[in-house]
Amino acid sequence: MRIALFIACFNDTLFPATGRATVALLERLGHEVAFPEEQTCCGQLHFNTGYAREAVPLARRMVDAFEGADAVVCPSASCTGMVRDHYRGLAELAADAGLARAVDDLVPRVHELTELLTGVLSLEDVGAHYPHRVTYHPTCHGLRGLGLRDGPLRLLRAVGGIDLAELPDATECCGFGGTFAVKNPDTSTAMLASKVKAVLDTGAEVVTAADNSCLMQIGGALSRQRSGVRAVHMAEILASTEGVPAT
Amino acid sequence: MPRVRVVAPGAMPERPFPEAAREALDDSQLRRNLGHATKTIRDKRAKVVAELPDWEQLRETGAEIKDRALLTLDHQLERLEESVTAAGGIVHWARDGGEANEIVTGLVRDAGADEVVKVKSIATDEIGLNEALGAAGIAAVETDLAELIIQLAGDVQSHILVPAIHLNRAEIRDVFVRELGVEDVADDPPALAEVARRHLRRKFLEAKVGVSGANFAVAETGTVCVVESEGNGRMCTTLPEVLITVMGIEKLLASWRDLEVMLTLLPRSSTGERMNPYTSLWTGVTEGDGPREFHLVLLDNGRTQALADATGRQALRCIRCSACLNVCPVYSRTGGHSYGSVYPGPIGAILTPQLVGVENAASLPFASSLCGACYEVCPVKIDIPSVLVDLRRQVVDEQRSHRGVRAGLNPERRAMEGLARAFASRRGYETLQRAGRLAQRPLAHGRARIGPLPGPLAGWSAARDLPAMPDQTFREWWRARGATG
Repeated sequence: MRIALFIACFNDTLFPATGRATVALLERLGHEVAFPEEQTCCGQLHFNTGYAREAVPLARRMVDAFEGADAVVCPSASCTGMVRDHYRGLAELAADAGLARAVDDLVPRVHELTELLTGVLSLEDVGAHYPHRVTYHPTCHGLRGLGLRDGPLRLLRAVGGIDLAELPDATECCGFGGTFAVKNPDTSTAMLASKVKAVLDTGAEVVTAADNSCLMQIGGALSRQRSGVRAVHMAEILASTEGVPAT
Repeated sequence: MPRVRVVAPGAMPERPFPEAAREALDDSQLRRNLGHATKTIRDKRAKVVAELPDWEQLRETGAEIKDRALLTLDHQLERLEESVTAAGGIVHWARDGGEANEIVTGLVRDAGADEVVKVKSIATDEIGLNEALGAAGIAAVETDLAELIIQLAGDVQSHILVPAIHLNRAEIRDVFVRELGVEDVADDPPALAEVARRHLRRKFLEAKVGVSGANFAVAETGTVCVVESEGNGRMCTTLPEVLITVMGIEKLLASWRDLEVMLTLLPRSSTGERMNPYTSLWTGVTEGDGPREFHLVLLDNGRTQALADATGRQALRCIRCSACLNVCPVYSRTGGHSYGSVYPGPIGAILTPQLVGVENAASLPFASSLCGACYEVCPVKIDIPSVLVDLRRQVVDEQRSHRGVRAGLNPERRAMEGLARAFASRRGYETLQRAGRLAQRPLAHGRARIGPLPGPLAGWSAARDLPAMPDQTFREWWRARGATG
């Protein structure tokens, strides 16, 4: 299948390893990856902070960038959710019937990475090897927004060599929430403290999720505390093999 | 140590949420009380909800019932007035809290009373009825146990259903010893309840006027419904000669049958019970049974304004179960006082700004990580995250309407508008990426993590590192790869 990569701007800029892993994984599985370079930011940052007006042209850009792609994959649950759940509302807010039609056309083709693997490609074992103790945080937008449920866990369980530890109170928010972490840093930190405790209680060396935004929050605290626990995007775990282990 | 008093009663926050929350987060007794209590109710709710295989359909139907009532509210309210009047009750219309307070004060005076007994009613707290009555020389006695504790303590409620959730039983014992003059009472619930019972029984028997809120009112029959656990509400609605019910207009249901669904949804969502102990239903007045006079005060106080908002109006479906509070990771840490309104938690964050105007509660729509736990449990399917985001838009649009230098220099607005301009083209976006890599140099010192950050990002970096931007963006890698291979 020819799959267009919707990278998400913070992956592109701050977490390029996630993008490289997504490409490596999909190519290993026999698919052709395209990267439409006109994509920039999906507008979630603006939309969720109240700047819907600014998000409208960004949505138009995204829709244009992925016009004609058979399937679009995004290694971020929240950015996938932005397109799927909120672009239509932006089109209505802007009273843009053309955009609304283009959104309706795009939405069924957009998949979050683990959704593409388990749903569209019906895979569980992607041939990965990752010999580490790992705990999985189901992000809010993945779990409650996209309804990912146990798909990501099925993928992780099939990874060779992995020692998967269950995260206590896994469904509770890590406290990131985009600009929430900046506007309400104290409350965000109090939420983060519980999540970090849960991660450390598992004895895992790696915490993973399908979204680098939440991992930036959790990993930011783990790094500050010099805990020795790393935050690693799932794409990097799934891309890792015995021959080419993750760095 | 006495707790810092953060709010006055009413729905208008006095200070921004982040500031109030910062203090609450440092209150270790509050954190423990609240963490324990919300977890207990959360688990109870999850257990009883799981018993019903058709819970999702019930939620769907609950939402439909409320929407049907709200979208024909003008007509339904007139129906309610006709039904109540036909059953011997008297209906009063109040545009705002001031009007409602005047009506109630006048009715109490007409009854020749200087004391009223009250059953828990958030609508009357919203409008400051107790204070208005007090100014007119009328004492309002709260009879719901938790409301009584709050009143005696001179405190303010912090939860919709469990108003004293922020206090533990030792603190409650201290309040009773201090305010009711009892001695030698243990801090165990039966002993404390007995103290309250003795105090309240006398009040019930003396009271000429009772004041209640309403959980539901049925337009078809004129029946008002109050749902409670203690039976004190039933004393208030049956013993006094005059009963005055103050009800927000959104509490209306069109048909008697609608109660079936609502009375299934409410107790399971609120207290985690299959059925609540006391459900009182009354229709007007009945000769020789209960109050001789019944007054129903219909309160708007910003509700029609909320009804006009296509996204925000779903907040009016709320049946005040507080399931959203108990699951909220923000509420369960900051507590209700941080919201500065009688309506705290996720529902408060969307209801308060709509009732008092977004400009008067501008920080509340941002007091959420948008995690969606509230939406998942809401028995009438209020999409709280979507309403929060739309209210954020309204806050930003309202701020944009301000002219002048200060508004123009708003750093968040300048940053957001600047980013949007850069993201509008591939060239602008890639230039910004390169500029960011240069700008981080003095912060990253060549390391992979960035520690302290300046300005508005200092709150982030107080507890977290930020990854430094790697030398190559993904797209640079992609292009380099294409060139070589």
